Amino acid sequence: MTISLVATEEERNGIKFKNLHNEQLVQGTTLVKRGFAHMQKHGVIMDVTTVEQAQIAEDAGAVAVMVLDKLPYDVRKAGGVARTASIKVIEEIMDEITIPLMAKCRIGHISEAKILEVIGVDMIDESEVLTPADEENHIWKWNYTTPFVNGAKNLGEALRRIEEGSSMIRTKGEPGTGNIAEAIRHIKQVNNDIRKLRSFYFDKDEQELIKFSRELKSSYSLIKETAKLARLPVVNFAAGGISTPADAALVMNLGCDGVFVGSGIFKAEDPEQRAKSIVLATTYYDDPTIVMEAQKLVDEKKSLLGLDTKSLELRMQERGPMI
Amino acid sequence: MSNIKVGVLGIQGDIEENILSTVEALKKLNLRGTVESVRYSESIAELDGLILPGGESTVIGSLLSIQGKVFQTIEKKITEGMPVLGTCAGLIMLSKRTYDKVVGETKQKLFGMLDVVIERNAFGRQHESFEVDLEIPVLGKEPFRGIFIRSPIVNNVGESVTILTKFNDKIVAVKQNNIIGTSFHPELSADRRLHELFIKDILEFRKY
Repeated sequence: MTISLVATEEERNGIKFKNLHNEQLVQGTTLVKRGFAHMQKHGVIMDVTTVEQAQIAEDAGAVAVMVLDKLPYDVRKAGGVARTASIKVIEEIMDEITIPLMAKCRIGHISEAKILEVIGVDMIDESEVLTPADEENHIWKWNYTTPFVNGAKNLGEALRRIEEGSSMIRTKGEPGTGNIAEAIRHIKQVNNDIRKLRSFYFDKDEQELIKFSRELKSSYSLIKETAKLARLPVVNFAAGGISTPADAALVMNLGCDGVFVGSGIFKAEDPEQRAKSIVLATTYYDDPTIVMEAQKLVDEKKSLLGLDTKSLELRMQERGPMI
Repeated sequence: MSNIKVGVLGIQGDIEENILSTVEALKKLNLRGTVESVRYSESIAELDGLILPGGESTVIGSLLSIQGKVFQTIEKKITEGMPVLGTCAGLIMLSKRTYDKVVGETKQKLFGMLDVVIERNAFGRQHESFEVDLEIPVLGKEPFRGIFIRSPIVNNVGESVTILTKFNDKIVAVKQNNIIGTSFHPELSADRRLHELFIKDILEFRKY
């Protein structure tokens, strides 16, 4: 199993990168942006809203923190419009921790994204947890030297985001619910689509491949690359509803490269223990004894109670542009 | 000669990329061997060579301190002369002392065999990450593409440490006996010469 580290030629033409000092030194290339995501693999990225939470996350072994104004669970409760986090908070956290820092911007909100790039966040999450700013278009991410992560609930969405320049994909799931069912549905949807692709590719059935690329509304070259690799060409994480060590182990066992945990840690009553145990279960996901040890560290009575995804007023995964 | 056994520490980071690079390097050198992700002291004890991959050094360090036996086994094997290659986070793990450019001294767990002082995130954050051609004399005349991602640099080196290359007067690759450490990610470029250098160390080690 490999991952395509270099984008295809036609994508390279759209890349913005900076030449500095001399002709040779280049920043913001596809390789440098996707490479950053590769360093996050097998790790846990934790949602935080304050410096204290960021410190807890770093001490627990988070591979990066994701800064937002309100945790997804509180976004649901508060209603209204959810926007990118305060710059002051982002800067404070940046000065306190050594691990990478990511922040969320609204879907299609080019200015919020530019602001985050200027502050110097390590990765931008164009996220459906915030209220979408553009119902027609996502951000054209090739215009940034900062890498982006995007959510997807099926292969078509994932490939369309990669086409727009995304360097990393995560499942959408249903954020802030503490319920993993939607994330599992999205992971399996992507896996099944790739299995189908792989069999067309293996049988050299070009006609079916082209038909499938039309069905997924994605470019044929990216479809072929995915079929050849038999996986997404960028790093693929699970997100949306992960609350316990067992949840983390489950998504890793389904083939994800790592996990995002949102409300699951800091909306639980035992955040320190929970953060540590989820990290442990993510690394040793295929060793039931260690996952059990990790699960032992948390008390189910202290888990985020959670929500039934069938009766939600707000389905975050449905928000934003259709294509 | 039996098969060469190479392991990539499978805690966190770009483990698969290093496995693939090593497989390719073995093939190029016409050698037979196995390369796999290792997380248990039993499997590490059997290795001929170990790669500490790129990733987050704080994460790898804190998980290793939970799994104390794994840490001790690696420590023992490196002291016995088993070749080890550390890229980025791996270089930090091997160093004697590490501090962060912004935050200062960090309390992370290190192996400490490599006699160097590391400055973490020395080039800055992700938007300062870059690619550049490096001259690494020990690998030959062809330049080596260095992929630097939130990379550390080597600040002070001890007497037994050889500097493999510098970039803008900053030390970015070193060798000390059986230990190779790089600030950049050879596993992300298409060039396998650094992994080949590591495998040649393994061949040397197996002679004894």
